[in-house]
Amino acid sequence: MKHTLSVLVENSPGVLTRVAGLFARRGFNIDSLAVGRTEKHDVSRMTIVVEGDHRYIEQVTKQLHKLVDVIKISDITTEEYVDRELVMIKVAAEPSQRVEIMHIAGIFRARAVDLGRKTMTFECTGNEGKINAFEESLRPYGIKELVRTGKVAMLRGTRFSGVDSGASKEMKEE
Amino acid sequence: MEMTVAEALIRCLEKENVEWVFGYPGGAILPVYDALYHSSQIRHVLVRHEQGAVHAADGYARVTGKVGVCMATSGPGATNLVTGIANAYMDSIPLVLFTGQVSTGQIGTDAFQEVDIFGITMPIVKHNYLVKDPQKLPAIVKNAFHIASTGRPGPVLIDLPRDVAESRISFKYPSTVRLRGYKPTYRGHPSKIHEIAELIRKSERPVIYAGGGILGANAAAELLQLAETISAPVTNTFMGLASFPGDHPLFLGMLGLHGTRYANMAVTECDLLIALGARFDDRVTMKIKAFAPKATVIHIDIDPAEIGKIVSVSVPLVGDVKLILKDLLPLLEKTDRSRWLARIAELKKQYPLTYDREGGLKPQYVIEKLCEFTRGEAVVATDVGQHQMWVAQYYRFKRPRTLVSSGGLGCMGFGLPAAVGACLGSRGQPVILVTGDGSIQMTMQELGTMMEQELPIKILILNNHTLGMVRQLQEFYCEGRYMSVNFRFHPDFVRLAEAYGIPAYTITSEEEVLSLLPAALAEPGPALVNCLVPREENVSPMVLAGRGIDEAIDCS
Ligand SMILES: Cc1cc2nc3c(=O)[nH]c(=O)nc-3n(C[C@H](O)[C@H](O)[C@H](O)COP(=O)(O)OP(=O)(O)OC[C@H]3O[C@@H](n4cnc5c(N)ncnc54)[C@H](O)[C@@H]3O)c2cc1C
Ligand SMILES: Cc1ncc(C[n+]2csc(CCOP(=O)(O)OP(=O)(O)O)c2C)c(N)n1
Repeated sequence: MKHTLSVLVENSPGVLTRVAGLFARRGFNIDSLAVGRTEKHDVSRMTIVVEGDHRYIEQVTKQLHKLVDVIKISDITTEEYVDRELVMIKVAAEPSQRVEIMHIAGIFRARAVDLGRKTMTFECTGNEGKINAFEESLRPYGIKELVRTGKVAMLRGTRFSGVDSGASKEMKEE
Repeated sequence: MEMTVAEALIRCLEKENVEWVFGYPGGAILPVYDALYHSSQIRHVLVRHEQGAVHAADGYARVTGKVGVCMATSGPGATNLVTGIANAYMDSIPLVLFTGQVSTGQIGTDAFQEVDIFGITMPIVKHNYLVKDPQKLPAIVKNAFHIASTGRPGPVLIDLPRDVAESRISFKYPSTVRLRGYKPTYRGHPSKIHEIAELIRKSERPVIYAGGGILGANAAAELLQLAETISAPVTNTFMGLASFPGDHPLFLGMLGLHGTRYANMAVTECDLLIALGARFDDRVTMKIKAFAPKATVIHIDIDPAEIGKIVSVSVPLVGDVKLILKDLLPLLEKTDRSRWLARIAELKKQYPLTYDREGGLKPQYVIEKLCEFTRGEAVVATDVGQHQMWVAQYYRFKRPRTLVSSGGLGCMGFGLPAAVGACLGSRGQPVILVTGDGSIQMTMQELGTMMEQELPIKILILNNHTLGMVRQLQEFYCEGRYMSVNFRFHPDFVRLAEAYGIPAYTITSEEEVLSLLPAALAEPGPALVNCLVPREENVSPMVLAGRGIDEAIDCS
């Protein structure tokens, strides 16, 4: 099962290397990882998607907890949350195909952001499923280049997983 | 007060009550050594190779329980520390290490003696820092000592660029640490502690499996009280040795790969395994499925990540084992387990730890006598190999923190420099190094350091003219094809010692052990004893790869 971990880290040099290195060294596979600043200037949030069973995810989380720069980890997989990913796709598009392609883009609410002589570039946001579907729909035309940001996620409603929001790093013993 | 960062660093060390710094100077760390020049509190031990510095700091930390401190310059100085850092990391030893670095403006330019030691050491430190902002140095040092010594201890490295070291700051040592990402759990959950008491009450055949965490927590007294209260036999991991008296009737000795057969059988037969500060290492469990197959497992450890890492446990409890035992003991009543203890006595009789005394001077005999002559009270440092296992089997340690040995990394060359640090930390207790003819040659340059510091270390080389441990592996796993294990050249160890001004002896027989070993031990200064032992002697018992610990074989 895929798990989405929302990880708050110190915005200190080397923190990304620490996390990436830990995954590599312990043989954990990262599905996707997105990182950026948060509302606090000295805190960054990593959204990490990993796949594995309960025990595997438990080890991943516990090992992450050991990093001094990791402030808090929330496994939000089973919570109500919104998640988004951004993709940019450069697709082969002969002038005669453009209308058709624009039509597909419209269905996915994707926006054309660039136009070449024989290509079009789209941006599209959404959850993973939608992005996958968009990618598949364009594949028959020939995808020249594709870049995805990896997923970012946030809890729904008034709940939040910030630095000061209760249940911090201490592991629940289970 | 205004001063340079280098001066501030030394002030920080003084505030942390550091007495010894082990190190080696060079260009990038020049400002720090210059500041050290003016300190009247901190004494510096000049080693002969940076690996010696980190092992010495490590040996010092193991016997004192304090943080070992070490310094080296950038580039090769820093990379020479790497093995020692990994060693301390694997055995959870608290160290703070300082490395000089090229100036911030030069970082990333392949400058002279520039290496990214921050990046190189990331996987083998508990934490590390590259200091860029001079103002932050005092807080970083404060944090480093805190992180190294609390929770599960470990090494922390601080990389200090030369220009930062030379900048001026106004010095104030913080009184508190502020680390939002680091808050070890110390107290055990009360409901879990009650649950554990209940399991102990119900158990008929409990075994206590005590590891290095007992020593880390200074919980030897509580361990003894627990064992005696619930009448449970105690087995130690290699790292846990010396946390329980070696001559106690409840002691089973070491378990695992080269553990006693009765310890391994007791674990196999027990219905409750109480793991205290032990991490189910593969040298201990061997085939996991066959490890404690009948037991309910209680696992107490300060590091949540150790729990459930290797085996699934019935009752996990995160916290400091000393505090937890203190909470647990009042809930337990004195229990009589005569049937189980009778069974243990039977196992001890059926599978005794023995060796064949025929056929030359046996290394096991040397260790037995060493134990006798020192009453099990000496600090014993070892290197890595068969001699290390014979110490584990035949030296009956009586006091905590008296075994100084590389367990997790199994790092040959650790012994001599670690003995140097241990001797400086052990305030007059006798320090013995038991080493092999292979291991000693990895770091024997530190004889110079030992002499310079006037340390009365007694060195016993169990000289079998071979890399015995690997030879043993080749006997069992390579059908006796001995490849690159037998030395065809050795220096004359006695004359080598004499070149350093160390009195030296060669021992070839049991009679000489009885006459010369006490003489060597009685030397007021250091001494070296070259014990000529048979090449073919094996460490026995031994559990073959892929087998369970109940299947140990006799391979003497
Ligand atoms: C040649 C060779 C052969 C070996 N053969 C054997 C063998 O036969 N048997 C054997 O046992 N070992 C053997 N070893 C050693 C082995 O490799 C491991 O180093 C050792 O078994 C680990 O011991 P440990 O489980 O006590 O863990 P340690 O590495 O000592 O770890 C300590 C544990 O305690 C925890 N801890 C620390 N502080 C606290 C605290 N305050 N409260 C609670 N928990 C705490 C830590 O989180 C950690 O989990 C051998 C090594 C070599 C080199
Ligand atoms: C740095 C290092 N290199 C290689 C090894 C592999 N190794 C383990 S034990 C051993 C032999 C040790 O020989 P010696 O010091 O003579 O001790 P003995 O086993 O003969 O008692 C070797 C080579 C190691 N543990 N450490």
